[in-house]
Amino acid sequence: MAAALLKVEGLAAWYGETQALTRIDLEVRTGEVVCLLGRNGAGKTTTLRAVMGLMTGLHGRCRGRITLNGRDALGLAPEDVARLGVAYCPEERGIFASLSVEENLLLPPVLAPGGLSVDEIYALFPNLLSRRRSGGSKLSGGEQQMLAIARILRTGAKLLLLDEPTEGLAPVIVHAIGQTIGQLRERGFTILMVEQNFRFASRLADRFYVIDEGTVVEQVDRATLAHDTARIEALLGV
Amino acid sequence: MNLLDIPPAAIVGQLLVGLINGSFYALLSLGLAIIFGLLHIVNFAHGAQYMLGAFIAWAMLEYLGLGYWWALLIVPLVTAAVGMLIERSMLRRLHGLDPVYALLLTFGLALLLEGAFRLKFGATGQPYASPLSGGIKLPFAYLPAYRLWVIAASLVVCLATWWFVERTRFGATLRAAHENPQLVRSFGIRVPLLLTLTYGLGVGLAGLGGVMAAPIYQVNPLMGSNLIVVVFAVVVIGGMGSIIGAIVAGFGLGVVEGMTRLLAPDYAGIVVFIVMLAVLAFKPAGLFGRGDV
Repeated sequence: MAAALLKVEGLAAWYGETQALTRIDLEVRTGEVVCLLGRNGAGKTTTLRAVMGLMTGLHGRCRGRITLNGRDALGLAPEDVARLGVAYCPEERGIFASLSVEENLLLPPVLAPGGLSVDEIYALFPNLLSRRRSGGSKLSGGEQQMLAIARILRTGAKLLLLDEPTEGLAPVIVHAIGQTIGQLRERGFTILMVEQNFRFASRLADRFYVIDEGTVVEQVDRATLAHDTARIEALLGV
Repeated sequence: MNLLDIPPAAIVGQLLVGLINGSFYALLSLGLAIIFGLLHIVNFAHGAQYMLGAFIAWAMLEYLGLGYWWALLIVPLVTAAVGMLIERSMLRRLHGLDPVYALLLTFGLALLLEGAFRLKFGATGQPYASPLSGGIKLPFAYLPAYRLWVIAASLVVCLATWWFVERTRFGATLRAAHENPQLVRSFGIRVPLLLTLTYGLGVGLAGLGGVMAAPIYQVNPLMGSNLIVVVFAVVVIGGMGSIIGAIVAGFGLGVVEGMTRLLAPDYAGIVVFIVMLAVLAFKPAGLFGRGDV
Protein backbone atom coordinates (compact mmCIF):
# COMPACT_ATOMS: atom_id res chain seq x y z
CA MET A 1 0.00 0.00 0.00
CA ALA A 2 1.33 3.46 -0.94
CA ALA A 3 2.33 5.84 1.85
CA ALA A 4 -0.10 8.50 3.02
CA LEU A 5 0.63 11.75 1.20
CA LEU A 6 -1.95 13.58 3.28
CA LYS A 7 -3.14 12.61 6.72
CA VAL A 8 -5.78 14.56 8.63
CA GLU A 9 -6.44 13.62 12.26
CA GLY A 10 -9.04 15.05 14.60
CA LEU A 11 -9.40 18.22 12.55
CA ALA A 12 -11.80 20.84 13.93
CA ALA A 13 -12.29 24.27 12.37
CA TRP A 14 -14.11 27.51 13.10
CA TYR A 15 -15.18 30.59 11.15
CA GLY A 16 -15.19 33.15 13.93
CA GLU A 17 -17.34 31.58 16.66
CA THR A 18 -19.09 29.18 14.27
CA GLN A 19 -17.72 25.66 14.30
CA ALA A 20 -17.61 24.24 10.77
CA LEU A 21 -15.68 21.02 11.41
CA THR A 22 -15.98 18.85 14.50
CA ARG A 23 -13.78 15.88 13.76
CA ILE A 24 -12.29 15.03 10.39
CA ASP A 25 -10.01 12.01 10.06
CA LEU A 26 -8.88 10.98 6.61
CA GLU A 27 -5.89 10.03 4.59
CA VAL A 28 -4.95 10.21 0.94
CA ARG A 29 -2.25 7.89 -0.40
CA THR A 30 0.08 8.71 -3.26
CA GLY A 31 -1.61 8.17 -6.62
CA GLU A 32 -5.14 7.90 -5.22
CA VAL A 33 -8.25 9.82 -6.15
CA VAL A 34 -10.23 10.38 -2.98
CA CYS A 35 -13.60 12.08 -2.86
CA LEU A 36 -15.37 13.87 -0.04
CA LEU A 37 -19.13 13.45 -0.21
CA GLY A 38 -21.75 15.15 1.88
CA ARG A 39 -24.72 17.45 1.90
CA ASN A 40 -24.41 21.22 1.46
CA GLY A 41 -22.75 22.77 4.49
CA ALA A 42 -21.42 19.44 5.78
CA GLY A 43 -17.84 20.76 5.89
CA LYS A 44 -16.31 19.40 2.66
CA THR A 45 -15.02 22.73 1.34
CA THR A 46 -13.81 23.74 4.80
CA THR A 47 -11.79 20.51 4.94
CA LEU A 48 -10.04 21.38 1.67
CA ARG A 49 -9.51 24.97 2.80
CA ALA A 50 -8.01 23.78 6.08
CA VAL A 51 -5.59 21.46 4.25
CA MET A 52 -4.57 24.36 1.97
CA GLY A 53 -3.87 26.64 4.94
CA LEU A 54 -6.76 28.95 4.08
CA MET A 55 -8.34 28.61 7.54
CA THR A 56 -5.66 30.75 9.16
CA GLY A 57 -5.42 34.35 10.34
CA LEU A 58 -8.57 36.35 9.77
CA HIS A 59 -10.12 33.59 7.67
CA GLY A 60 -10.71 31.01 10.37
CA ARG A 61 -8.85 28.71 12.74
CA CYS A 62 -8.21 25.00 13.06
CA ARG A 63 -7.21 22.43 15.65
CA GLY A 64 -6.03 18.88 15.16
CA ARG A 65 -3.30 17.52 12.95
CA ILE A 66 -2.59 17.74 9.23
CA THR A 67 0.51 16.06 7.84
CA LEU A 68 1.74 16.32 4.27
CA ASN A 69 4.42 13.81 3.34
CA GLY A 70 5.02 13.33 7.05
CA ARG A 71 5.49 17.07 7.69
CA ASP A 72 3.23 18.95 10.05
CA ALA A 73 1.16 21.38 7.99
CA LEU A 74 -1.51 22.65 10.38
CA GLY A 75 -1.24 26.41 10.87
CA LEU A 76 1.04 26.94 7.86
CA ALA A 77 0.26 29.87 5.58
CA PRO A 78 -1.19 28.87 2.18
CA GLU A 79 2.02 29.83 0.36
CA ASP A 80 3.96 27.42 2.59
CA VAL A 81 1.42 24.62 2.07
CA ALA A 82 1.79 25.17 -1.69
CA ARG A 83 5.54 24.68 -1.28
CA LEU A 84 4.85 21.25 0.23
CA GLY A 85 3.43 20.18 -3.14
CA VAL A 86 -0.28 20.98 -2.78
CA ALA A 87 -2.41 22.94 -5.24
CA TYR A 88 -5.99 24.08 -4.81
CA CYS A 89 -8.77 24.65 -7.32
CA PRO A 90 -11.62 26.47 -5.54
CA GLU A 91 -15.31 25.90 -6.03
CA GLU A 92 -15.78 29.41 -7.42
CA ARG A 93 -12.86 28.69 -9.82
CA GLY A 94 -11.13 31.98 -9.06
CA ILE A 95 -10.37 33.00 -12.62
CA PHE A 96 -8.89 36.49 -12.55
CA ALA A 97 -11.02 38.79 -14.67
CA SER A 98 -8.26 41.38 -15.16
CA LEU A 99 -5.88 38.73 -16.57
CA SER A 100 -5.94 36.98 -19.93
CA VAL A 101 -6.28 33.20 -20.16
CA GLU A 102 -2.55 32.83 -20.64
CA GLU A 103 -1.76 35.22 -17.78
CA ASN A 104 -4.08 33.16 -15.57
CA LEU A 105 -2.31 30.01 -16.71
CA LEU A 106 1.17 31.40 -16.06
CA LEU A 107 0.29 33.06 -12.75
CA PRO A 108 1.11 30.23 -10.34
CA PRO A 109 4.89 29.90 -10.17
CA VAL A 110 6.66 26.58 -10.73
CA LEU A 111 7.58 25.48 -7.21
CA ALA A 112 8.92 22.01 -7.89
CA PRO A 113 9.95 19.91 -10.88
CA GLY A 114 7.50 17.47 -12.42
CA GLY A 115 4.73 19.87 -13.42
CA LEU A 116 3.20 19.94 -16.89
CA SER A 117 4.69 22.25 -19.51
CA VAL A 118 2.48 24.90 -21.12
CA ASP A 119 2.43 22.84 -24.33
CA GLU A 120 1.32 19.74 -22.44
CA ILE A 121 -1.42 21.76 -20.76
CA TYR A 122 -2.67 23.11 -24.09
CA ALA A 123 -2.61 19.56 -25.48
CA LEU A 124 -4.79 18.49 -22.54
CA PHE A 125 -7.10 21.52 -22.89
CA PRO A 126 -7.13 22.53 -26.59
CA ASN A 127 -9.95 25.03 -26.00
CA LEU A 128 -7.67 27.13 -23.84
CA LEU A 129 -5.07 27.40 -26.61
CA SER A 130 -7.53 29.03 -29.00
CA ARG A 131 -8.72 31.40 -26.27
CA ARG A 132 -5.39 32.21 -24.71
CA ARG A 133 -5.59 35.93 -25.47
CA SER A 134 -9.17 36.28 -24.19
CA GLY A 135 -9.93 37.93 -20.87
CA GLY A 136 -10.49 35.54 -17.99
CA SER A 137 -14.06 36.72 -17.53
CA LYS A 138 -14.95 36.06 -21.19
CA LEU A 139 -14.78 32.28 -20.80
CA SER A 140 -17.76 29.96 -20.46
CA GLY A 141 -18.28 28.11 -17.17
CA GLY A 142 -16.72 24.96 -18.60
CA GLU A 143 -13.70 26.82 -19.98
CA GLN A 144 -13.23 28.58 -16.65
CA GLN A 145 -13.23 25.23 -14.87
CA MET A 146 -10.71 23.83 -17.37
CA LEU A 147 -8.48 26.87 -16.83
CA ALA A 148 -8.81 26.64 -13.05
CA ILE A 149 -7.60 23.02 -13.16
CA ALA A 150 -5.03 23.68 -15.91
CA ARG A 151 -3.20 26.45 -14.12
CA ILE A 152 -2.38 24.35 -11.04
CA LEU A 153 -0.78 21.63 -13.16
CA ARG A 154 2.35 23.66 -13.99
CA THR A 155 3.47 24.20 -10.43
CA GLY A 156 4.91 20.77 -9.76
CA ALA A 157 2.28 20.08 -7.08
CA LYS A 158 1.68 16.37 -6.49
CA LEU A 159 -1.58 16.66 -4.52
CA LEU A 160 -4.47 18.48 -6.20
CA LEU A 161 -7.41 19.67 -4.13
CA LEU A 162 -10.41 20.06 -6.46
CA ASP A 163 -13.54 21.62 -5.01
CA GLU A 164 -16.71 20.68 -6.93
CA PRO A 165 -15.12 20.61 -10.39
CA THR A 166 -18.42 19.82 -12.12
CA GLU A 167 -20.70 22.26 -10.34
CA GLY A 168 -23.11 24.03 -12.66
CA LEU A 169 -21.68 22.51 -15.84
CA ALA A 170 -23.43 20.84 -18.78
CA PRO A 171 -23.25 17.00 -18.98
CA VAL A 172 -20.87 17.06 -21.93
CA ILE A 173 -18.44 19.28 -19.99
CA VAL A 174 -18.82 17.12 -16.88
CA HIS A 175 -17.83 14.14 -19.01
CA ALA A 176 -14.76 16.00 -20.34
CA ILE A 177 -13.70 16.95 -16.82
CA GLY A 178 -14.09 13.33 -15.75
CA GLN A 179 -11.77 12.30 -18.58
CA THR A 180 -9.27 14.97 -17.60
CA ILE A 181 -9.22 13.84 -13.97
CA GLY A 182 -8.63 10.29 -15.21
CA GLN A 183 -5.70 11.48 -17.33
CA LEU A 184 -4.25 13.38 -14.38
CA ARG A 185 -4.39 10.25 -12.27
CA GLU A 186 -2.56 8.34 -15.03
CA ARG A 187 0.13 11.02 -14.98
CA GLY A 188 0.71 10.33 -11.29
CA PHE A 189 -1.21 13.17 -9.64
CA THR A 190 -2.88 12.46 -6.31
CA ILE A 191 -6.32 14.03 -6.06
CA LEU A 192 -8.58 14.92 -3.16
CA MET A 193 -11.84 16.25 -4.48
CA VAL A 194 -15.17 17.44 -3.19
CA GLU A 195 -18.13 16.48 -5.31
CA GLN A 196 -21.89 16.80 -5.03
CA ASN A 197 -22.39 14.83 -8.22
CA PHE A 198 -22.41 11.37 -6.66
CA ARG A 199 -22.69 9.43 -9.93
CA PHE A 200 -19.78 11.37 -11.45
CA ALA A 201 -17.63 10.77 -8.38
CA SER A 202 -18.52 7.09 -8.06
CA ARG A 203 -16.87 6.35 -11.40
CA LEU A 204 -13.70 8.35 -10.70
CA ALA A 205 -12.59 8.00 -7.10
CA ASP A 206 -10.86 5.07 -5.43
CA ARG A 207 -12.19 5.89 -1.98
CA PHE A 208 -14.87 8.08 -0.48
CA TYR A 209 -15.37 9.83 2.82
CA VAL A 210 -18.86 10.89 3.74
CA ILE A 211 -18.94 14.02 5.88
CA ASP A 212 -21.92 15.10 7.89
CA GLU A 213 -22.08 18.06 10.26
CA GLY A 214 -18.31 18.50 10.23
CA THR A 215 -17.52 14.86 11.01
CA VAL A 216 -16.42 11.93 8.85
CA VAL A 217 -19.27 9.44 9.28
CA GLU A 218 -18.38 6.83 6.69
CA GLN A 219 -15.46 5.65 4.63
CA VAL A 220 -15.99 3.39 1.63
CA ASP A 221 -13.99 2.24 -1.35
CA ARG A 222 -15.32 2.07 -4.87
CA ALA A 223 -16.05 -1.67 -4.78
CA THR A 224 -18.05 -1.38 -1.58
CA LEU A 225 -19.85 1.64 -2.90
CA ALA A 226 -21.25 -0.35 -5.82
CA HIS A 227 -23.02 -2.71 -3.37
CA ASP A 228 -24.00 -0.07 -0.90
CA THR A 229 -25.24 2.74 -3.13
CA ALA A 230 -28.67 2.99 -1.55
CA ARG A 231 -27.29 3.42 1.97
CA ILE A 232 -24.74 6.06 0.85
CA GLU A 233 -27.42 7.89 -1.09
CA ALA A 234 -29.57 7.91 2.01
CA LEU A 235 -26.67 9.38 3.99
CA LEU A 236 -26.25 12.09 1.37
CA GLY A 237 -29.97 12.79 1.24
CA VAL A 238 -30.00 12.09 -2.52
CA MET B 1 -11.72 86.43 -22.51
CA ASN B 2 -11.26 84.96 -25.97
CA LEU B 3 -8.45 82.45 -26.40
CA LEU B 4 -7.44 84.26 -29.61
CA ASP B 5 -6.73 87.45 -27.67
CA ILE B 6 -4.15 85.77 -25.50
CA PRO B 7 -0.53 86.07 -26.63
CA PRO B 8 1.01 82.70 -27.64
CA ALA B 9 3.78 83.19 -25.09
CA ALA B 10 1.21 83.20 -22.27
CA ILE B 11 -0.49 80.10 -23.63
CA VAL B 12 2.79 78.20 -23.96
CA GLY B 13 3.88 79.47 -20.56
CA GLN B 14 0.72 78.24 -18.84
CA LEU B 15 0.77 75.01 -20.81
CA LEU B 16 4.29 74.42 -19.51
CA VAL B 17 3.28 75.26 -15.93
CA GLY B 18 0.26 72.99 -16.34
CA LEU B 19 2.40 70.13 -17.60
CA ILE B 20 4.91 70.66 -14.78
CA ASN B 21 2.16 70.55 -12.15
CA GLY B 22 0.58 67.68 -14.05
CA SER B 23 3.88 65.77 -13.88
CA PHE B 24 3.77 65.89 -10.09
CA TYR B 25 0.04 65.16 -9.97
CA ALA B 26 0.61 62.12 -12.18
CA LEU B 27 3.66 60.83 -10.27
CA LEU B 28 1.95 61.17 -6.91
CA SER B 29 -1.46 59.92 -7.95
CA LEU B 30 0.23 56.97 -9.67
CA GLY B 31 1.84 55.97 -6.37
CA LEU B 32 -1.46 56.43 -4.55
CA ALA B 33 -3.30 54.39 -7.19
CA ILE B 34 -0.82 51.52 -6.92
CA ILE B 35 -1.04 51.49 -3.13
CA PHE B 36 -4.82 51.75 -3.12
CA GLY B 37 -5.16 49.17 -5.88
CA LEU B 38 -3.38 46.40 -4.01
CA LEU B 39 -3.43 47.33 -0.34
CA HIS B 40 -6.79 49.16 -0.30
CA ILE B 41 -5.09 51.83 1.76
CA VAL B 42 -5.80 55.51 1.21
CA ASN B 43 -2.23 56.62 1.88
CA PHE B 44 -2.60 60.01 3.50
CA ALA B 45 1.13 60.04 4.24
CA HIS B 46 1.87 60.32 0.51
CA GLY B 47 2.37 64.08 0.57
CA ALA B 48 4.68 63.82 3.57
CA GLN B 49 6.63 61.06 1.82
CA TYR B 50 7.02 63.33 -1.21
CA MET B 51 8.27 66.07 1.12
CA LEU B 52 10.63 63.54 2.72
CA GLY B 53 12.07 62.78 -0.72
CA ALA B 54 12.73 66.47 -1.35
CA PHE B 55 14.34 66.90 2.08
CA ILE B 56 16.58 63.86 1.69
CA ALA B 57 17.75 65.26 -1.68
CA TRP B 58 18.41 68.63 -0.01
CA ALA B 59 20.24 66.99 2.92
CA MET B 60 22.37 64.88 0.58
CA LEU B 61 23.51 68.04 -1.14
CA GLU B 62 23.86 70.08 2.05
CA TYR B 63 25.65 67.54 4.24
CA LEU B 64 27.22 65.03 1.84
CA GLY B 65 27.79 67.13 -1.24
CA LEU B 66 25.86 64.65 -3.37
CA GLY B 67 23.99 66.47 -6.09
CA TYR B 68 20.71 66.09 -7.91
CA TRP B 69 21.58 63.12 -10.13
CA TRP B 70 22.77 61.08 -7.16
CA ALA B 71 19.62 62.06 -5.31
CA LEU B 72 17.49 60.97 -8.25
CA LEU B 73 19.00 57.51 -7.90
CA ILE B 74 19.27 57.16 -4.13
CA VAL B 75 16.23 59.01 -2.75
CA PRO B 76 13.55 56.77 -4.32
CA LEU B 77 15.34 53.75 -2.84
CA VAL B 78 15.62 55.34 0.59
CA THR B 79 12.00 56.51 0.65
CA ALA B 80 10.87 53.09 -0.62
CA ALA B 81 12.81 51.49 2.24
CA VAL B 82 11.14 53.86 4.72
CA GLY B 83 7.77 52.96 3.18
CA MET B 84 8.46 49.23 3.48
CA LEU B 85 9.42 49.71 7.11
CA ILE B 86 6.15 51.56 7.75
CA GLU B 87 4.18 48.77 6.03
CA ARG B 88 5.91 45.98 7.93
CA SER B 89 5.87 47.64 11.32
CA MET B 90 2.50 49.43 11.31
CA LEU B 91 0.18 49.07 8.34
CA ARG B 92 0.39 45.26 8.35
CA ARG B 93 -1.18 45.19 11.80
CA LEU B 94 -4.26 46.91 10.38
CA HIS B 95 -4.69 44.44 7.53
CA GLY B 96 -8.22 43.10 7.45
CA LEU B 97 -9.64 45.90 9.59
CA ASP B 98 -11.84 48.70 8.29
CA PRO B 99 -9.72 50.76 5.81
CA VAL B 100 -10.43 53.86 7.88
CA TYR B 101 -7.84 52.66 10.44
CA ALA B 102 -5.05 52.70 7.83
CA LEU B 103 -6.30 56.08 6.60
CA LEU B 104 -6.08 57.48 10.13
CA LEU B 105 -2.67 55.92 10.72
CA THR B 106 -1.20 57.38 7.54
CA PHE B 107 -2.84 60.73 8.28
CA GLY B 108 -1.22 60.68 11.73
CA LEU B 109 2.12 59.75 10.19
CA ALA B 110 1.84 62.68 7.78
CA LEU B 111 1.16 65.08 10.65
CA LEU B 112 4.07 63.64 12.65
CA LEU B 113 6.53 63.84 9.76
CA GLU B 114 5.51 67.35 8.80
CA GLY B 115 5.55 68.48 12.42
CA ALA B 116 9.03 67.04 12.98
CA PHE B 117 10.40 68.74 9.87
CA ARG B 118 8.77 72.04 10.80
CA LEU B 119 10.32 71.82 14.23
CA LYS B 120 13.75 71.19 12.80
CA PHE B 121 13.72 73.37 9.68
CA GLY B 122 10.92 75.89 10.22
CA ALA B 123 8.17 76.62 7.73
CA THR B 124 10.31 78.58 5.31
CA GLY B 125 11.73 76.69 2.38
CA GLN B 126 15.26 75.54 1.70
CA PRO B 127 16.51 76.48 -1.76
CA TYR B 128 17.76 73.73 -4.09
CA ALA B 129 19.69 74.77 -7.18
CA SER B 130 18.47 73.58 -10.56
CA PRO B 131 20.82 70.95 -11.99
CA LEU B 132 20.13 72.02 -15.57
CA SER B 133 20.66 75.57 -16.72
CA GLY B 134 19.65 77.04 -20.04
CA GLY B 135 16.68 76.13 -22.13
CA ILE B 136 15.10 76.24 -25.52
CA LYS B 137 14.25 79.61 -26.99
CA LEU B 138 11.19 79.56 -29.20
CA PRO B 139 10.07 82.64 -31.17
CA PHE B 140 7.31 83.33 -28.66
CA ALA B 141 8.45 81.59 -25.46
CA TYR B 142 11.41 80.35 -23.45
CA LEU B 143 11.32 76.75 -22.22
CA PRO B 144 13.69 76.13 -19.28
CA ALA B 145 15.64 72.90 -19.73
CA TYR B 146 14.99 71.59 -16.22
CA ARG B 147 11.23 71.93 -16.60
CA LEU B 148 11.29 70.09 -19.89
CA TRP B 149 13.38 67.39 -18.23
CA VAL B 150 10.83 67.02 -15.40
CA ILE B 151 7.95 66.63 -17.85
CA ALA B 152 9.83 64.07 -19.96
CA ALA B 153 11.19 62.12 -16.97
CA SER B 154 7.81 62.04 -15.27
CA LEU B 155 6.13 60.83 -18.45
CA VAL B 156 8.75 58.09 -18.88
CA VAL B 157 8.45 56.96 -15.25
CA CYS B 158 4.64 56.94 -15.46
CA LEU B 159 4.59 54.92 -18.68
CA ALA B 160 7.26 52.54 -17.39
CA THR B 161 5.22 51.97 -14.23
CA TRP B 162 2.08 51.41 -16.30
CA TRP B 163 3.96 48.90 -18.46
CA PHE B 164 5.35 47.17 -15.37
CA VAL B 165 1.92 46.74 -13.78
CA GLU B 166 -0.09 46.01 -16.92
CA ARG B 167 2.29 44.11 -19.16
CA THR B 168 4.69 42.04 -17.05
CA ARG B 169 4.31 38.75 -15.19
CA PHE B 170 5.03 40.54 -11.92
CA GLY B 171 2.33 43.09 -12.72
CA ALA B 172 -0.13 40.29 -13.51
CA THR B 173 0.62 38.85 -10.08
CA LEU B 174 -0.06 42.25 -8.51
CA ARG B 175 -3.41 42.52 -10.31
CA ALA B 176 -4.36 38.99 -9.33
CA ALA B 177 -3.41 39.64 -5.71
CA HIS B 178 -5.70 42.68 -5.82
CA GLU B 179 -8.62 40.51 -6.99
CA ASN B 180 -8.17 37.49 -4.73
CA PRO B 181 -5.17 37.58 -2.39
CA GLN B 182 -5.99 34.31 -0.61
CA LEU B 183 -6.10 32.34 -3.84
CA VAL B 184 -2.85 33.90 -5.02
CA ARG B 185 -1.26 32.85 -1.73
CA SER B 186 -2.47 29.29 -2.34
CA PHE B 187 -0.38 29.31 -5.53
CA GLY B 188 2.72 29.69 -3.36
CA ILE B 189 3.11 33.43 -3.95
CA ARG B 190 4.12 35.42 -0.88
CA VAL B 191 1.40 38.07 -1.03
CA PRO B 192 2.41 39.76 2.27
CA LEU B 193 5.86 40.39 0.75
CA LEU B 194 4.15 41.65 -2.39
CA LEU B 195 2.17 44.14 -0.29
CA THR B 196 5.37 45.41 1.33
CA LEU B 197 7.10 45.82 -2.04
CA THR B 198 4.06 47.55 -3.53
CA TYR B 199 3.83 50.05 -0.70
CA GLY B 200 7.57 50.61 -1.13
CA LEU B 201 7.09 51.20 -4.87
CA GLY B 202 4.32 53.75 -4.24
CA VAL B 203 6.34 55.60 -1.62
CA GLY B 204 9.45 55.43 -3.82
CA LEU B 205 7.49 57.21 -6.57
CA ALA B 206 6.50 59.89 -4.06
CA GLY B 207 10.17 60.24 -3.07
CA LEU B 208 11.16 60.53 -6.74
CA GLY B 209 8.53 63.25 -7.16
CA GLY B 210 10.05 65.05 -4.18
CA VAL B 211 13.55 65.06 -5.72
CA MET B 212 12.22 66.34 -9.03
CA ALA B 213 10.19 69.02 -7.27
CA ALA B 214 13.07 70.28 -5.11
CA PRO B 215 14.63 72.59 -7.74
CA ILE B 216 11.23 73.96 -8.85
CA TYR B 217 9.41 74.54 -5.58
CA GLN B 218 11.26 75.31 -2.39
CA VAL B 219 11.97 72.36 -0.15
CA ASN B 220 9.69 72.95 2.81
CA PRO B 221 7.80 70.79 5.31
CA LEU B 222 4.38 71.68 3.96
CA MET B 223 5.10 71.16 0.28
CA GLY B 224 3.36 67.78 0.39
CA SER B 225 0.25 68.78 2.25
CA ASN B 226 -0.27 71.67 -0.20
CA LEU B 227 -0.25 69.21 -3.07
CA ILE B 228 -1.89 66.12 -1.65
CA VAL B 229 -5.47 67.43 -1.59
CA VAL B 230 -5.33 68.12 -5.34
CA VAL B 231 -3.65 64.75 -5.90
CA PHE B 232 -6.49 62.95 -4.12
CA ALA B 233 -8.95 64.75 -6.38
CA VAL B 234 -6.87 63.60 -9.38
CA VAL B 235 -7.01 60.00 -8.16
CA VAL B 236 -10.78 60.18 -7.75
CA ILE B 237 -11.16 61.70 -11.23
CA GLY B 238 -8.90 59.07 -12.83
CA GLY B 239 -10.61 56.24 -10.97
CA MET B 240 -9.45 54.87 -7.62
CA GLY B 241 -6.73 52.31 -8.20
CA SER B 242 -6.51 52.89 -11.98
CA ILE B 243 -2.91 53.34 -13.16
CA ILE B 244 -3.72 54.76 -16.56
CA GLY B 245 -6.44 56.93 -14.97
CA ALA B 246 -3.89 58.44 -12.57
CA ILE B 247 -1.50 59.27 -15.43
CA VAL B 248 -4.08 60.73 -17.82
CA ALA B 249 -5.93 62.64 -15.09
CA GLY B 250 -2.66 63.89 -13.60
CA PHE B 251 -1.30 65.44 -16.78
CA GLY B 252 -4.75 66.41 -18.06
CA LEU B 253 -5.77 68.27 -14.93
CA GLY B 254 -2.43 70.02 -14.74
CA VAL B 255 -3.11 71.42 -18.22
CA VAL B 256 -6.76 72.23 -17.39
CA GLU B 257 -5.58 74.10 -14.30
CA GLY B 258 -2.97 76.00 -16.32
CA MET B 259 -5.44 77.00 -19.02
CA THR B 260 -8.01 78.05 -16.40
CA ARG B 261 -5.37 80.31 -14.86
CA LEU B 262 -5.22 82.01 -18.22
CA LEU B 263 -8.92 82.20 -19.03
CA ALA B 264 -10.53 82.50 -15.60
CA PRO B 265 -7.78 83.04 -13.03
CA ASP B 266 -10.22 83.18 -10.11
CA TYR B 267 -11.24 79.58 -10.74
CA ALA B 268 -7.74 78.12 -11.22
CA GLY B 269 -7.50 77.01 -7.60
CA ILE B 270 -10.80 75.15 -7.65
CA VAL B 271 -11.15 73.90 -11.21
CA VAL B 272 -9.80 70.45 -10.27
CA PHE B 273 -12.49 70.10 -7.62
CA ILE B 274 -15.20 71.26 -10.01
CA VAL B 275 -14.07 68.56 -12.44
CA MET B 276 -14.08 66.07 -9.56
CA LEU B 277 -17.66 66.95 -8.66
CA ALA B 278 -18.74 66.57 -12.28
CA VAL B 279 -16.98 63.21 -12.62
CA LEU B 280 -18.45 61.95 -9.35
CA ALA B 281 -21.92 63.01 -10.49
CA PHE B 282 -21.77 61.35 -13.92
CA LYS B 283 -19.16 58.60 -13.55
CA PRO B 284 -18.75 57.86 -9.85
CA ALA B 285 -16.05 55.21 -10.41
CA GLY B 286 -13.85 57.82 -12.13
CA LEU B 287 -12.90 58.20 -15.78
CA PHE B 288 -10.96 54.93 -15.91
CA GLY B 289 -12.33 53.19 -12.81
CA ARG B 290 -13.87 49.76 -13.05
CA GLY B 291 -16.29 50.47 -10.25
CA ASP B 292 -15.24 47.40 -8.26
CA VAL B 293 -12.91 49.14 -5.83
